[in-house]
Amino acid sequence: MNIPTDLKYTRSHEWVRIEADGAISVGITDHAQELLGDLVFIELPEPGRELAAGQEAAVVESVKAAADVYSPLSGSVIENNAVLADSPELVNQDAYAAWLFRIRPASVAELDGLLDAAAYQEIVAAA
Amino acid sequence: MQKTVLNEEHRRSGARMVDFAGWEMPLHYGSQIEEHHAVRRDAGMFDVSHMCAVDVAGDDARAFLRRLLANNVDRLQLPGKALYSTMLNEAGGVIDDLIVYHLGEEDFRIVINAATAANDLRWMTARRDEWGLAVTISARREGADALAMIAVQGPQARQKVWQALPECQPASAALQPFFAATVGEHLIARTGYTGEDGYEITLPAAQAVRLWQRLAEAGARPCGLGARDTLRLEAGMNLYGQDMDESVSPLDAGLAWTVDLAAPRDFVGKAALLAKPQQHRFLGLLLLDRGVLRAHQRVDSAHGPGEITSGSFSPTLQQSIALARLPLPAAVGDVVQVSVRDRPLAARVVKPCFVRNGSILV
Repeated sequence: MNIPTDLKYTRSHEWVRIEADGAISVGITDHAQELLGDLVFIELPEPGRELAAGQEAAVVESVKAAADVYSPLSGSVIENNAVLADSPELVNQDAYAAWLFRIRPASVAELDGLLDAAAYQEIVAAA
Repeated sequence: MQKTVLNEEHRRSGARMVDFAGWEMPLHYGSQIEEHHAVRRDAGMFDVSHMCAVDVAGDDARAFLRRLLANNVDRLQLPGKALYSTMLNEAGGVIDDLIVYHLGEEDFRIVINAATAANDLRWMTARRDEWGLAVTISARREGADALAMIAVQGPQARQKVWQALPECQPASAALQPFFAATVGEHLIARTGYTGEDGYEITLPAAQAVRLWQRLAEAGARPCGLGARDTLRLEAGMNLYGQDMDESVSPLDAGLAWTVDLAAPRDFVGKAALLAKPQQHRFLGLLLLDRGVLRAHQRVDSAHGPGEITSGSFSPTLQQSIALARLPLPAAVGDVVQVSVRDRPLAARVVKPCFVRNGSILV
């Protein structure tokens, strides 16, 4: 199972990368994309949207099923990865390169509530 | 969970296994979309051994099926001919859909769905006993008599089968669609569930691994239930349990063409169908907006509400398609609204056959 140690994770299978400018990038984990199978449709939040931690932010749909993507943190959306609209399969090809959206976090303290790779690994192993 | 004889082969090929009606079956072997394209463009193979082959034989076999099935088994006169039919309950609901192969004058083989097999066999046995007919009903799924089934589908499927089973080429090359030939212990049928040419091969379970391996060597790509579902949806073929079940009349599931109400013979469910004619039209939907249609989504049309019974993303069309039960006045060309995740999306009503032999028809 591919779980990079430089990222943070949520119990709902999102990954979080803290960028140099203080923004965070959010995607779904390799485990999540594998469970879903071939992705065929992705709906992304528009820039400017205010999200609360745990709020539904995006939808990823595979041939098999639809899944909500939750915002790992509170903050405002500053960018979405528009290329995924036409090429959702990029998430299957490399889940950690294919970020879905970026957030300017309202409070860096919320980062402490995220899981590290070891903790996320345990959740995947227990599932 | 039950396993087919090909279970180890699937695992060796990296299949993602899932529970399908109590059977551990391959969902895909990596990418169900690539498997789908392999069938449309070249050749794919499916383990369908979870489906149940049932031999129906004896002096009254034809009389039994004439009364048991909604389609007319008297359409089977030539040896090897196959017939698609539903089996109905007294209320006219669909107990199962199936294919009957005519093997000999009073010798038929029926292939029924995995999820319904036990119930079907109870029903068939009870009807035989009730009608007092001389018929043996033998499920061929266990013991020394067990059969396996492999479907090989796609424009190159027949060539790959001949490469894997050269001894079967003469008899199978001559087959018209919906005919089958017996070659030794193999029954080779030019039938399928994908909208492509190909064969469905029934053989003794003990020989299935060898055939699977030879087909793989010939270049048939292993395909899972995921691709099987998107292929049959594009072909506009019904899936039991989703597009129809015991509460649905075949007339409301687009299956009127398989119900013979004209002949004088009586069959189970006939009176109910005559008393309650068609209530819905069963048509295709092509999503015009971005998103994915799914079963049970509500459809709003100018003529009233309807419901999607099967929906997915079509790898061939690169957009979402569905089968839906719509109000009777609904017609091809109508634009309807579908509630997709609480949002109304526009879809166009089309004939339910989206793709056939590699070509897009809508």
